[in-house]
Amino acid sequence: MQMSIETKAQVASAVDTAPVLTLDGITKTFPGVKALDGVSLDLYPGQVTALVGENGAGKSTIVKTLTGIYQPDAGTIRVAGEEMHFATAQDASAAGITAIHQETVLFDELTVAENIFIGHAPRGRFGLIDWPTMRAKSREILDRIDADLDPDMPLRDLGIASKHLVAIARALSVDARVVIMDEPTAALSHKEIEELYELVERLKSEGRAILFISHKFDEIFRIADRFTVFRDGQHVGEGLISEIAEADLVRLMVGRDVDQIFPQRDHAPSEAVLQVVGYSHPTEFDNIAFTLRKGEILGFYGLVGAGRSEVMQSLFGITKPSKGVVKIDGDIKVIRSPADAVGNGIVYVPEDRGKQGAVIGLPIFQNITLPSLSQTSRAGFLRLSEEFAMAREYTERLDLRAAALDQDVGNLSGGNQQKVVIAKWLATKPKVIILDEPTKGIDIGSKAAVHAFMAELAAQGLAVIMVSSEIPEVMGMSDRVIVMREGLIAAELEGDDLTPETLVRHAAGIGEEDQ
Amino acid sequence: MSDATSPRHIPDRLQSNAARLLKSWEVLLLGVAILIFIANSFASPYFLNAWNLSDATFNFTEKAMIAFAMALLIISGEIDLSVASIIALASTAMGAAAQVGAGTTELVLIGLVVGLAAGAFNGVLVTVMGLPSIVVTIGTMSLFRGISYIILGDGAYRGYPSDFAFFGQGYVWWVFSFEFLLFAVLAVIYYVVLHRTNFGRTIYTIGNNATAASFSGIRVARVKFILFLLTGLMAGVAAICLTSRLGSTRPSIGFGWELEVVTMVVLGGVSILGGSGTIPGVVIAAFVMGLVTFGLGLLNVPGIVMSIFIGAMLIGVIALPRLWDMWRRS
Amino acid sequence: MIAFLKSREAILAGAMLVLLALISSRFPGFVAPDNLARVFTDTSPLLLLALGQTVVILTRCIDLSVAANLALTGMVCAMLNAAMPGVPVIVILAIAVGLGAIMGAFNGLLVWKLAIPPIVVTLGTMTIYRGIIFLISNGEWVNAHEMSKAFTGFPRTVFLGLPVMAWIAIAIASGFFLLIARTPLGRSFYAVGGNPHAAVYAGIDVGKTQFWAFVISGALAGLTGYLWVARYAVAYVDIAAGFELEVVAACVIGGISIAGGAGTILGTILGALFLGIVKNALPVVDISPFWQMAISGAAIITAVAFNARSAKAKGRIILRRAQAHGAQA
Repeated sequence: MQMSIETKAQVASAVDTAPVLTLDGITKTFPGVKALDGVSLDLYPGQVTALVGENGAGKSTIVKTLTGIYQPDAGTIRVAGEEMHFATAQDASAAGITAIHQETVLFDELTVAENIFIGHAPRGRFGLIDWPTMRAKSREILDRIDADLDPDMPLRDLGIASKHLVAIARALSVDARVVIMDEPTAALSHKEIEELYELVERLKSEGRAILFISHKFDEIFRIADRFTVFRDGQHVGEGLISEIAEADLVRLMVGRDVDQIFPQRDHAPSEAVLQVVGYSHPTEFDNIAFTLRKGEILGFYGLVGAGRSEVMQSLFGITKPSKGVVKIDGDIKVIRSPADAVGNGIVYVPEDRGKQGAVIGLPIFQNITLPSLSQTSRAGFLRLSEEFAMAREYTERLDLRAAALDQDVGNLSGGNQQKVVIAKWLATKPKVIILDEPTKGIDIGSKAAVHAFMAELAAQGLAVIMVSSEIPEVMGMSDRVIVMREGLIAAELEGDDLTPETLVRHAAGIGEEDQ
Repeated sequence: MSDATSPRHIPDRLQSNAARLLKSWEVLLLGVAILIFIANSFASPYFLNAWNLSDATFNFTEKAMIAFAMALLIISGEIDLSVASIIALASTAMGAAAQVGAGTTELVLIGLVVGLAAGAFNGVLVTVMGLPSIVVTIGTMSLFRGISYIILGDGAYRGYPSDFAFFGQGYVWWVFSFEFLLFAVLAVIYYVVLHRTNFGRTIYTIGNNATAASFSGIRVARVKFILFLLTGLMAGVAAICLTSRLGSTRPSIGFGWELEVVTMVVLGGVSILGGSGTIPGVVIAAFVMGLVTFGLGLLNVPGIVMSIFIGAMLIGVIALPRLWDMWRRS
Repeated sequence: MIAFLKSREAILAGAMLVLLALISSRFPGFVAPDNLARVFTDTSPLLLLALGQTVVILTRCIDLSVAANLALTGMVCAMLNAAMPGVPVIVILAIAVGLGAIMGAFNGLLVWKLAIPPIVVTLGTMTIYRGIIFLISNGEWVNAHEMSKAFTGFPRTVFLGLPVMAWIAIAIASGFFLLIARTPLGRSFYAVGGNPHAAVYAGIDVGKTQFWAFVISGALAGLTGYLWVARYAVAYVDIAAGFELEVVAACVIGGISIAGGAGTILGTILGALFLGIVKNALPVVDISPFWQMAISGAAIITAVAFNARSAKAKGRIILRRAQAHGAQA
């Protein structure tokens, strides 16, 4: 106790104690989901605050609120003590808040300099854009972050890492008091990450407040001074990084005992359903090999962009592999399209539910019968009563919450949309079901329902592949886990080898690069 | 909420089909059609005459035939602006054949085959090469009609066999022309295809979300290709009827029809962005456009002024509900 | 420089030079300066409208009402001149630009405030504007003898070897380079069309930007309306019928992507000139002018196929990074 006070006092004396940015009671509701529920957040000048939370905890929503993309339903934003309302992105930028976004919010057809300055380009006479100044300033900012890029180059000619540098330069082009970094290292190599850390140190020394969002605990403990934890849209803790152990931070983030919320399963290995050998793609993955058995849940873990979804989409016939063999029940199958995959008993629940999973605009029952129309129809003519019967059977099994089966699937919550997508595939009576981030962005209740259902499917003899970036989910659901890193299989873990530490180590490549 | 254990019963429908129908676009449009009909019958003593009304149907039957296929294509998220030029091309081909003595059967076959071939050409460019249909068909619109101009210049083909006139001028029974009956039969066929078959369902699915449709095992490119073929075929059918009705072919035949066909489809409640719309809506829109044209014609209002009315309807039918929404919310 | 040589503009310019060389090898008169000046003047209306259409297409919209706008403005100017011959040309010019801009703004408002798809809006206004011409003119022509000398003479006045009409096209085209390269609005057109989602993050109002694109397109259509009517000394309901498609064709041939956000002013200028040269060369090389339509159709299809091929989306490269890493370690 005594020590803790001392440390706080030390920190307080080292830097200005008044937070430069204060959020209080911020609430934001979307149809069906309360994304933020009265959260608070303080950012201090010259300090890095790590925002920690699982997917769907509300981190992206708070970033969008801070940058003027979303307007909160309730709560206050204070910058240097003054209450602010951000109606547009420009308002937030004018208040000195800038963000390096996780998604690409850049323009391929514009040049590097323009991407850095769009929205606040330096103006010359008659309000015209002052290109020479814009180029010079861009050059200056790029030099500051050691980015060797030509300001006149069109962005479309740059690689992902270079684009990221442009995004950083854009954030620095505003004289920002607050810099938000939303998973800034997700797409970077180790060398680039080191350079980013140096940049963070420099920003700190310049007295800027940094909000650092990351899933990687090693980097949080390396560069953050403070932490704030969100869980399911609520603020659940904050403090100094120096005063918390990693395990405690994980517990705060997950908020529950991992073993309790996942269904108990007795897994008896059975015969192989799906065998993949030497499966390769020119740019996305190489030499992928694994065997999937009946009644098994095989987890695929890795960092975002490790190539897991790419492998799954290729198995489902969306992209063409360059070589490799796929065997189903021991027979070699060539899958050229999703229709082929469905015909061979492989189905895929994609991560991007709104774009690739559910057909928003069509009613629930039509979504469910979509791949099974040949069963519900006669000679190509629809039979609605059969369709309703099929939809009813599967929606009741999945405990769907909806007003009616002819309701537009777009009016359902994320969790219920996911149930519709799963129901659609179960109706085809598949052999293998691939679930890509099946519980991403859905509420806890639906999460548990999806987990329970996955266990039930496996128990009934279905072979399940689950791609997931959430360690508790991977640990709690999988019989076996394949870890992917940069397009390759990094490890296959089961039994005692399967721990959060081994997962993270193999996913990040820690311990291998050092050798 | 989540601790309810037994599965809850979800009703099939929230509201009955009848209730849904009453609030539908089609019923509103039908009301408009009836109003126009009544207004016309008061405005002109010549309107309520079976033969006059029968004549009036020629204003829309040929365009409506294309509009049925176009409706399917637009619901699937594509568009074909070359349909009027396909008419010119097909008509030119038929005219050229007639000059060398082709009989009626050959002429009909040629019309249909040229239509199909033109549709296939569009379809390959859009579905195989992955080009945007709006630009592709603006291109083929110039190309197809351009070929007619190359062949015909400022000349014309005449001299079609006398029995060829039946398609555009013949009557099957009493005041019912061949064209009108063909229109009615096609309306029924397209209704069944779009609303009662698996194929129709996939069209809606693709229009709402082509990616998710493809991820659900639907062969999106194949369906779209078939729709381009169908649209070309219907343009071929319209070319036969129109050529037969006019008895001659000039390269300017059917000029500007593509816009009238698209207007008919959109007025019928088909979303230009794809994913929704019905055949009954298009049928009623065809009648509305035909009645407006005919009624104003009886009042000696020139055709170009009617186009104001139709253009205003096109924008108004979409704008008014949105304005009403905005007004209610504020 | 190398990048420029590989660009669509360079390829298009090269194709035009080859075309000119082929024509001049048999008909040297075609490339004589005064003939080239005539070709350019002939192409000016197409060029002006294509420039306006370019900014509209850049923002992911399309304006099919430009030809009707042109015809209506032209008729208003002609009737005004016939009724009040004393009104100076400068006032007529202002009216033409203003009236055109208002019609463009009407399109823009429907797209911005009511979010109606641009193709539906302009399909509708195209027939409405065209119909209004008939209403105000009763379908009658305004002929040369009803127009004042000043009215018809203005676009044809030769200044430094080129008619005023050509100078206007040159001035507006230069202005567009400035608009696109040097104004925030010009860059917003690219941002809104290229990545509307990101435009919001940069604080750009997508709908408002589209609105301004329609206003610009409309104003240019209006300006061209007066020039057209004055140059040909006649106004009637059907002038420039179907011209909107030629305008879109010039943009597409010039490499403006119909999906928005990509393309250059130089490309549009070359696209318009290409169509202009073809149109003017046909009678010279003794090919029936009836070939023109088919040629421009084939050119559109070739151009869009070519653009699509060069703009193939690059996939995510996961492995190369892994390999680069392996090399470093």
